[in-house]
Amino acid sequence: MAGPTAPHINADILIAGGGLVGGTLAVALGQAGFQVAVVDAQAPAEGLLADFDGRASAIALSSQRVLDGLGLWALMQPHTAPIKDIRVSDGDSLMFLHYDHNDIGHDAFGHMVENRSIRMALDKKLSGAANITRLAPARIADLERHPGYVSAILEDGRTVTAGLVVGAEGRTSPTRDHAGIPVTRWPYEQTGIVCTVEHELPHDNIAHEHFLPAGPFAILPLPGNRSSIVWTERGDLAPAILALDDDQFLAELKSRFGDFLGEIKVLGPRWGYPLSLQYAARTVDHRLVLAGDASHGMHPIAGQGLNMGLRDVAALAEVLADAHRLGLDPGDALVLEKYERWRRFDNTMMLAMTDALNRLFSNDIAPIRLARDVGLAAVNRIPPLKKIFMGHAMGLVGELPRLMRGETL
Amino acid sequence: MTDTNTSNGTASAEDVRRFTDMADSWWDPNGKFRPLHQINPARIGYIRDNVVAHYGLEPTVGAPLDGLTLLDVGCGGGLLCEPMRRLGARVTGIDAGEKNIAVASRHAEQSGLDIDYRHQLPEQLAKMKGTFDIVLNMEVIEHVSDLDAFLEASAGLVSPGGVMVLSTINRTFKALALAKIGAEYILRWLPPGTHDWRKFVKPSELARRLGPHGVEVTDVTGMAYSPFKDEWFLNQDLAVNYLVFAGKI
Repeated sequence: MAGPTAPHINADILIAGGGLVGGTLAVALGQAGFQVAVVDAQAPAEGLLADFDGRASAIALSSQRVLDGLGLWALMQPHTAPIKDIRVSDGDSLMFLHYDHNDIGHDAFGHMVENRSIRMALDKKLSGAANITRLAPARIADLERHPGYVSAILEDGRTVTAGLVVGAEGRTSPTRDHAGIPVTRWPYEQTGIVCTVEHELPHDNIAHEHFLPAGPFAILPLPGNRSSIVWTERGDLAPAILALDDDQFLAELKSRFGDFLGEIKVLGPRWGYPLSLQYAARTVDHRLVLAGDASHGMHPIAGQGLNMGLRDVAALAEVLADAHRLGLDPGDALVLEKYERWRRFDNTMMLAMTDALNRLFSNDIAPIRLARDVGLAAVNRIPPLKKIFMGHAMGLVGELPRLMRGETL
Repeated sequence: MTDTNTSNGTASAEDVRRFTDMADSWWDPNGKFRPLHQINPARIGYIRDNVVAHYGLEPTVGAPLDGLTLLDVGCGGGLLCEPMRRLGARVTGIDAGEKNIAVASRHAEQSGLDIDYRHQLPEQLAKMKGTFDIVLNMEVIEHVSDLDAFLEASAGLVSPGGVMVLSTINRTFKALALAKIGAEYILRWLPPGTHDWRKFVKPSELARRLGPHGVEVTDVTGMAYSPFKDEWFLNQDLAVNYLVFAGKI
């Protein structure tokens, strides 16, 4: 294990960012036989504290297969709740779309899991792997990319050399900015208010997405009588709502949540995440690739951000593992090109879809409401169309990496 | 004797000059040698799998060719030598172009790989370095001036019980259309004049010409390009690009 006494680390692959995407990639590459170094700004223990990240993620079936194949799913499984039904409704109208897992022949659409549980599973795997060196808390002070390798100097003076650097630090990826990769950003003028609630009645593993004029309001089942709330609010109103005292906040929440699950109570803190779409112009550069939100940040409307990140992980790990077996350099431009080609179309489609959904639903304009209600009802009545949407939500569409097909890397 | 004069021997002087002029771009994946970068995964997979089967090695370990000696004849900038070294083989690369060897040596140093590069022809090396477990003649025999002399020298470099792997282009009308006219003049994958169709060799001729040197062909496999995936893959169509695996008695 490297510490301050080992000032130089020589790895095959350097991953900047040890979060959900970077951490999972490290586990996958470690299992594929690479020497991996992970640099993360957060001390491992800090990221596991209850107030570090309040979000929960919807893990699609294909993502579950990835986590399962890497031995991570078994560690988090006790903390997951299956989503058996999805009910979509629009404002006050009675039109709603009902997705039932029985229609698709699987046990569930996916599972809800708190990000903290994913981080704990990752922490366990990362600290137990002999060929993964964790450098945290640490920051890269300078990155140099040479013809044959990359070299990073950390703020504490340690150096890391590797054949490839992966930028997986999320939306504000310094690695991406270092490479001068331009980013298209557009703010949604919306904030995602996130909290966990406890309710009197069981949720029966039903996820609700209620389209309100300010944006979607989602109630997502967690283990026990708990649900994760993703409440999209106008960006200019959100700070005031987040600043309300507990009783007032609960009252605002109740007016949106309703009383169908009986009495509700807010558990723990509330968080506000400004929502935006952002898209890096390229995913690869000389001996550098981006994965997850560093490459594509999307609206949480369809719960696809982490799923797309895990798709990046599965595709990148596969492309690199194949190259490794052929003795090819992990930074080989054609190897990286394959990853870019594989992920580009898929990520663009998902960004466009989430953006269009948000535009379609986050308003109260009468003709648009009518059109979308008719649309929802039509989707509901045409089984093949519904299957296509469900397949997308489950991540089973497109050319899937081996890990997503339940195969080994 | 350390004679490195390459003006004679089996190498075609014109082809040596043509490749030397492009030497700087060997490692540019978007440069003139992009086609070689693109066929690398398919041909490395072929070499690895057949060598592993021949020697009864374990294919899943990180360096399956560990402990074997390998000679890459006509190594160019080292596009095959480097992966072979990473797979564990002790690699020697020779090329008739002095500049190619300089490029290959510099790149291996940047990659941190120890590869023995020499500006020599096979007939010169035979006198000084003994024999090898694996001898590669990849995309090279269509560029030599005297094929029989070249094959004899190459065969002499294979250890008894060792293997030779070759790849080249068949002398068929399909090959003329695709590998020569298509690749050089229409798709511009290769500079015009890269290949001379008359130097292309049929698999049966190659087997017949290797036989007298104790080298017996055990497999012939085709290699083709998929425009949809932008990738090369192995198949059973030998009409254009093909690979040959042979054992030394």
